[in-house]
Amino acid sequence: MKKLVFALAATAAVLGFSVQASAQEKAKICFVYVGSKTDGGWTQAHDIGRQELEKALADKIETQFLENVPEGPDAERAIERLARSGCGLIFTTSFGFMDATVKIAAKFPDVKFEHATGYKTAPNLATYNSRFYEGRYIQGQIAAKISQKGVAGYIASFPIPEVVMGINSFVTGARTVNPDFKIKVVWANTWFDPGKEADAAKALIDQGVDVLTQHTDTTAPMQVAAERGIKAFGQASDMIKAGPETQLTAIVDTWGAYYIKRTQAFIDGKWETTSSWDGLKDGILTMAPYTNMPDDVKAMAEATQKKIEAGELKPFTGPLKKQDGSDWLKDGEVAEDGVLLGMNFYVEGVDDKLPQ
Amino acid sequence: MGIFEAILLTVITAATPLVLAALGELVTERSGVLNLGVEGMMVMGAACAFIATQQTGSPYIGILAGIASGAVFSLLFGFLTLTLVANQVATGLALTILGLGVSGMIGEAYVGQSGIKLPQIVFPILSDIPFIGPLLFRQDLIFYLSIALVIGVQWFLFRSRAGLKLRSVGDSHSSAHALGINVIRTRYLAVMFGGGCAGLAGAQLSLVYTPQWVENMSAGRGWIALALVVFASWRPWRVVIGGYLFGAVSISQLYAQAFGVGIPSQFLSALPYLATIVVLILISHNRRMTLINTPASLGKPFVPDR
Repeated sequence: MKKLVFALAATAAVLGFSVQASAQEKAKICFVYVGSKTDGGWTQAHDIGRQELEKALADKIETQFLENVPEGPDAERAIERLARSGCGLIFTTSFGFMDATVKIAAKFPDVKFEHATGYKTAPNLATYNSRFYEGRYIQGQIAAKISQKGVAGYIASFPIPEVVMGINSFVTGARTVNPDFKIKVVWANTWFDPGKEADAAKALIDQGVDVLTQHTDTTAPMQVAAERGIKAFGQASDMIKAGPETQLTAIVDTWGAYYIKRTQAFIDGKWETTSSWDGLKDGILTMAPYTNMPDDVKAMAEATQKKIEAGELKPFTGPLKKQDGSDWLKDGEVAEDGVLLGMNFYVEGVDDKLPQ
Repeated sequence: MGIFEAILLTVITAATPLVLAALGELVTERSGVLNLGVEGMMVMGAACAFIATQQTGSPYIGILAGIASGAVFSLLFGFLTLTLVANQVATGLALTILGLGVSGMIGEAYVGQSGIKLPQIVFPILSDIPFIGPLLFRQDLIFYLSIALVIGVQWFLFRSRAGLKLRSVGDSHSSAHALGINVIRTRYLAVMFGGGCAGLAGAQLSLVYTPQWVENMSAGRGWIALALVVFASWRPWRVVIGGYLFGAVSISQLYAQAFGVGIPSQFLSALPYLATIVVLILISHNRRMTLINTPASLGKPFVPDR
């Protein structure tokens, strides 16, 4: 279905581009989205970044985007069409666009590409990512303070390193406050299905968790938490509207600064391939206001955030044990980025078996 | 409230939209029309119900808007396939695409708004019965409507004269036409009933299941409803069984995960579909029974000779 929609959209977009291509002289910066730009989560955060970029460099560039592009062979066509239509710099904003971006980048050496959350680079292909796990560490600490029962619920999407890393960071943070803290994980096996996410939230709450966090895209879990009177964390965007008395904080993706920085470099002819993995200190993610919690918890969260921003605190610092009790990090040892990006094991405190 | 009761409550919420949409499609298909646009009509219903509720503050007006939008949207399908005799499969698919697009457009301003949840209607005395009371008599209007519709459709199709006519149109439109039954009008009404039910199912999504609007929020439930009709071999009661079975399997896998059973979640997620396939195989095993229930003219266009 989505493919058909996309084919129509792409055709329309290409027609639109070819008309405009002749009339413009500004650099054209293009974006490929996996979802709709109003999804309230992941893609919306990228689109807000695009709008900030357009505002900041309005006289030098113009932007274009394709939304609802399915991951897979269709993505290749979409990216190629953008490259042909005169885009100078193309951001592909989903993990699943990786191989398609690599292929097209090889075909168009004069066009620059940037792929979000991937790990394959080329002379004209950079990658960029955000250390979301830093925010999850803070969430874990808050959860351990707020929870009466010492158990949090975690709605996960797919067992990829990015998500496993988030779970581990949350537990590690929580255990600095309460060494016996546990989390229950439910894999929804979807990024986007409000109904299923709500069902997962109900399943967790019915089994006794009293604080909820999610790594899926809609506000449905937040709504269920509000209905059942427990607290929850938002994901990708500030979800306070869905739970004014429920949301403790949220990890908010703020891509704008990165897009402006890279586009400026592109205009100045200084663009080079990089693998950027920025965190709280770079402002690529921010925490939504700390709400619905006692002042001492808020103070603790702010202190932790300051330490992470200053580089004094790295969430994955030993001593840490794996789920099976074996040693992972020695006292004071900090996990390497390579290990994090391929993370396929749980740390201690996760009450779940990792799907392999 | 026990955990078993809690699971059943979640199952009821998950199964109701499936039962409603499948029931509507069942009537449409019994009249010989295959409308693959259920997903599109459902998502339109969800969008319009949510918008109407936000505008008026009344979820009951939202329900009406959901039903009306589904029915009106299905008229487009009716006009193309019944009056202009376009291909039903292609038109149905187009209806789904159009519905997803249009609903996304009209709903754009409403993304992220907190909706109003449809209130529960509590039956005095009955709701105090242990176990059954909270499950069956402390529900919202759409749940009661779904039960009433199943009984109504069962009676209509197999006990009423109009239902007999509708089935005859679906089994052999030429014979029905020769008998003086207005085939096109019957089919228009059946298509609109299907659209209304899909719209109501959509309203349940945006008013009960998750009181909010996001683009594409039906997330494939329309397609499951379509499969349920075949699963139920065009029998209303079996739609209920199928819908609740599907709901039960997909919900209990989430509870099983939270409980911490060591089965891979991918397998658990696939369970509802595996169950569907197994039942379909068992049903199609008995070929004669399948043929008796399948509308013989399903998907065939009808052009009255003048």
